[in-house]
Amino acid sequence: MRYSLLSLLANAVSGHKAWKPQWRDAAPQSAYDVVIVGGGGHGLATAYYLAKEHGITNVAVLEKGWIGGGNVGRNTTIIRSNYLLHGNIPLYELSMQLWEKLEQDLNYNAMISQRGVLNLFHSDGQRDAYARRGNAMRIHGVDAELLDREGVRKLYPFLNFDAARFPIQGGLLQRRGGTARHDAVAWGYARGASDRGVDIVQNCEVTGFTIADGRVTGVRTSRGEIRARKVAIAVAGSSSRVAAMASFRLPIESHVLQAFVSEGLKPIIPGVITFGAGHFYISQSDKGGLVFGGDIDGYNSYAQRGNLPCVEDVCEGGMALMPAIGRARVLRSWAGLVDMSMDGSPIIDRAPVDGLFVNAGWCYGGFKATPGSGFVFAHLIARDAPHPAATRFRLDRFRTGNIIDEKGQGAQPNLH
Amino acid sequence: MRIPCPFCGPRDAAEFSYLGDASVRRPDSSVPGDGLDAAMQVYVYIRDNPAGPLKEYWYHGAGCHSWLVVDRDTRTHEITGAAEAHSGAVS
Repeated sequence: MRYSLLSLLANAVSGHKAWKPQWRDAAPQSAYDVVIVGGGGHGLATAYYLAKEHGITNVAVLEKGWIGGGNVGRNTTIIRSNYLLHGNIPLYELSMQLWEKLEQDLNYNAMISQRGVLNLFHSDGQRDAYARRGNAMRIHGVDAELLDREGVRKLYPFLNFDAARFPIQGGLLQRRGGTARHDAVAWGYARGASDRGVDIVQNCEVTGFTIADGRVTGVRTSRGEIRARKVAIAVAGSSSRVAAMASFRLPIESHVLQAFVSEGLKPIIPGVITFGAGHFYISQSDKGGLVFGGDIDGYNSYAQRGNLPCVEDVCEGGMALMPAIGRARVLRSWAGLVDMSMDGSPIIDRAPVDGLFVNAGWCYGGFKATPGSGFVFAHLIARDAPHPAATRFRLDRFRTGNIIDEKGQGAQPNLH
Repeated sequence: MRIPCPFCGPRDAAEFSYLGDASVRRPDSSVPGDGLDAAMQVYVYIRDNPAGPLKEYWYHGAGCHSWLVVDRDTRTHEITGAAEAHSGAVS
């Protein structure tokens, strides 16, 4: 069903009893052209663009749990393309442009809100770094504005400008950045893919790959064996485990990233703000809750829950930046697993097994990349050649030295 | 998480810094060979990243300044032991 004002009215007068499920909960068939392992945002977007851009519709998305139950429903919903390095900017900007027309494309309300993302700086060195980042963005055609202290004050007068340790000197603003409703992104892509013939198979865990003469021929799953001409892995958080089933190792550690939401408050924070002197970022959901987070916990984890020292650290960052929120109560906190790659950038490439493709290593920045990641991954799978916006996310860059280290941190995943 | 430091007793994990998998071994670079570059690349970048028991390095920066090898389960965060890193804790 195509959603429109008319369909809404028609269903309203009939008591909202005629709405149909938004996608088919398919049972797996015995063979597909392409099997996508992982029904998160990236896997669903990949399936959608395979069908829409490349006409490949004999596709299954295999999800261990349920659609929207993994990282796509656990992030802090921020979208932006404020990157510095040449390898990264084209992908994230492609993603940003896809976000801007996503709702019309999917015929689905993903509540995309370009409310602006502001990165604060607190020292001369940070100002220089952000000026450089803003320039790099503008050279690539991305919007960026360097605000001085008064510029920030006009936007957010309630911030702690004169904190003794970290006075706010200004900020780098990307007005096109903002937030999107993450569940709706998953549902919208699932619906779009399903409508085009893609099978979305939930509660179907991949337990192994069938490989003959160095070429993948299918997957073994908890619901039987499925043959496939091509298999694509999009399971960020658990990439190493799935790669191990195909006998290759990745430059990735799995870590845990926590997120928090406060009780609902009246509108106070119109955009997205990040603190530059610690790691803290915050926005306010349309329901009123303050959605915020900070650093990863910093140790390898598959637990989907974090520990208290990190909670304390995040809250300290929040209090340093905006003491006004100190009395808001935290309603919930949760955690997701993130693929921390060794240079902080993703991997979108062919795997060392023919016919197998891998999309991994998104660190804690996977959500904003969802449309772009799916778009370029679908291109790679369909044409067996990387999309022009994603030529540098190679698996062998760690051998050749062409790493994309946005933070300049070196091969220490918990510091990216 | 509390880490049973062999010198300080059980201490909050916040007192420690994390380095990662303690099973990786630096190749012997004094013996040049064709495989050295590949071995170095694996040493620096490639990890097993297991879901389950892992031996890992933690540094007790807010305590005795010892490097420890801690046995921890990455699925549950349960810590089952800690030993001084120099004592051959990783075989």
